[in-house]
Amino acid sequence: MEIILRAEHISVIFPSPQGGLSALEDFSLAVSAGEFVCVVGPSGCGKSTLLRVLGGLLPPTSGQVYLHGKALNGPCSDIGIVFQKANLMPWRTVVQNIILPLEIQGLDATESRRRAAELIRLVGLEGFEQSYTRELSGGMAQRVAIARALIHDPQILLLDEPFGALDALTRERMNLELLRIWEARRQTVVMVTHNIQEAVFLSDRVIVMTTRPGRVTAEVPVRLPRPRSSDIVYSDAFSALAWTVHEAIPG
Amino acid sequence: MIERSDRLSAYVSASHSFTNSGRWCVYLRSAINFMRRQWEYLLLPLALALFLVLWQSIVWIGGYPPFILPSPGRVYAKLVGVLSDGLLWWHMRITLIEIAGGLVLGLTTATVLGYLLAKSRWLERLVSPYIVASQAVPVVALAPLLVIWFRSGQLSKVLVCALTIFFPMLVNVMVGIRSVEPDLVDLMRSLRATRWQMFILLEVPSSLPMLLGGLKVSVTLSVIGAVVGEFVAADRGLGFLINVARGHFDTPLMFVALFTLVGIALALYLLVVIAEGVLLRWRG
Ligand SMILES: Nc1ncnc2c1ncn2[C@@H]1O[C@H](COP(=O)(O)OP(=O)(O)OP(=O)(O)O)[C@@H](O)[C@H]1O
Ligand SMILES: [Mg+2]
Repeated sequence: MEIILRAEHISVIFPSPQGGLSALEDFSLAVSAGEFVCVVGPSGCGKSTLLRVLGGLLPPTSGQVYLHGKALNGPCSDIGIVFQKANLMPWRTVVQNIILPLEIQGLDATESRRRAAELIRLVGLEGFEQSYTRELSGGMAQRVAIARALIHDPQILLLDEPFGALDALTRERMNLELLRIWEARRQTVVMVTHNIQEAVFLSDRVIVMTTRPGRVTAEVPVRLPRPRSSDIVYSDAFSALAWTVHEAIPG
Repeated sequence: MIERSDRLSAYVSASHSFTNSGRWCVYLRSAINFMRRQWEYLLLPLALALFLVLWQSIVWIGGYPPFILPSPGRVYAKLVGVLSDGLLWWHMRITLIEIAGGLVLGLTTATVLGYLLAKSRWLERLVSPYIVASQAVPVVALAPLLVIWFRSGQLSKVLVCALTIFFPMLVNVMVGIRSVEPDLVDLMRSLRATRWQMFILLEVPSSLPMLLGGLKVSVTLSVIGAVVGEFVAADRGLGFLINVARGHFDTPLMFVALFTLVGIALALYLLVVIAEGVLLRWRG
């Protein structure tokens, strides 16, 4: 498979009173086109920072990110990001938030609305199209953010704990939906999560990070058959993988 | 104990007979509900009535002559007089034009400069000492200077007015633009928004509450600014009218001019509140 996104020897040092806080150190990662990669690691190890670097939002202190083999020096519309918190605009309704990417790209409103309606159905927010964000629960807001990241159909999705605010049941449903979308569109996904089960269930490969400064401590390939259904979690192969990931996480 | 239960049963039967005359009960209840919903609107006329009663009783009790404290009735008579001979309208129009000019000038300069200062740290370092120093000089003290420089025409009043509202608006614009959520900036950047889209889709709506807050302060201050300008040197306007009335010991006329100024300030404030209701609907 062709490598679509490659990070080479990424280090990020944030300025701090103590002279510099090292968030990522010599982090390298290569993601193939259409691959689903999950990143797990202890809190504060630099996962969000990694996604910001991969998304071209934060220039690394050293190292380089390549997209399609070309150096990535800023945000790119091929990449869709779901931030750790929903990050919605409170002055926009649900629909207006979802169509924001298309509005920026200058797509006409009727086509935007049509695609938004489709995605609203997908994330199960029918009836809330005209609600403002203060009327949404944390999980609903996060689903709006997911719909927003999908609407301009980016090749690469960077997801920062997209289901962190959801209850277990909704989370399971969203995982299945995400897999369904991914199977249909075959985007390349890099997803950060705290949930080992979720990581193994969704991904082709789980990257385990060390505590700060973040480095790759283990890579666990997940060769479970696809398409996956939710009962796969009860299989022995699944448990073995989950255990391997669990053991690799420091602390 | 027996007595108490008796009272209780009496109460129950009384309330029962009350619900029997059901229609009245419904009327009463809906009236109470209506009052509950509308009491905020009733409060304003109530406060006004209270004010008039208080004022009239002070006049009665103190027995003051009209040139010290005219009664509401006298002031009203004066109002009708100056309204019918067009005097009030004429002066009011002058002051309104000055206020409008001052608002346009002051708000635009404050907004443009505030935006630039919020965006550029070095510009803020460079300019803010001057801005703060200019605020240390009271506008009242600056007004005579402006009259010398720009003559006693309307321009000097417009400038005093603009100067009065400049600083509060500037500060609000700066705080508003600075308080834009950095994560939303990241979102817009990740979507490759242009500079203009960043401004119109993120910066304007997210600083709108602060802008409207600044506007509320500005519109009330603008009235003060215009009158201060007119006090220094003028031959027209409501401030001038007050000065003339004082010269003639025509205290009722002073009251009329004062209330007109209050009315203008209230109307402008109300306009901003209405704009807020429309523009900030999302805040609920
Ligand atoms: N803008 C910033 N300025 C300074 N330090 C930062 C900044 N962003 C992150 N950090 C620091 O970098 C480290 C990694 O942060 P990051 O948000 O990437 O962690 P994380 O792995 O996403 O944590 P969590 O799982 O809790 O979300 C933290 O110690 C944090 O304090
Ligand atoms: Mg994080």
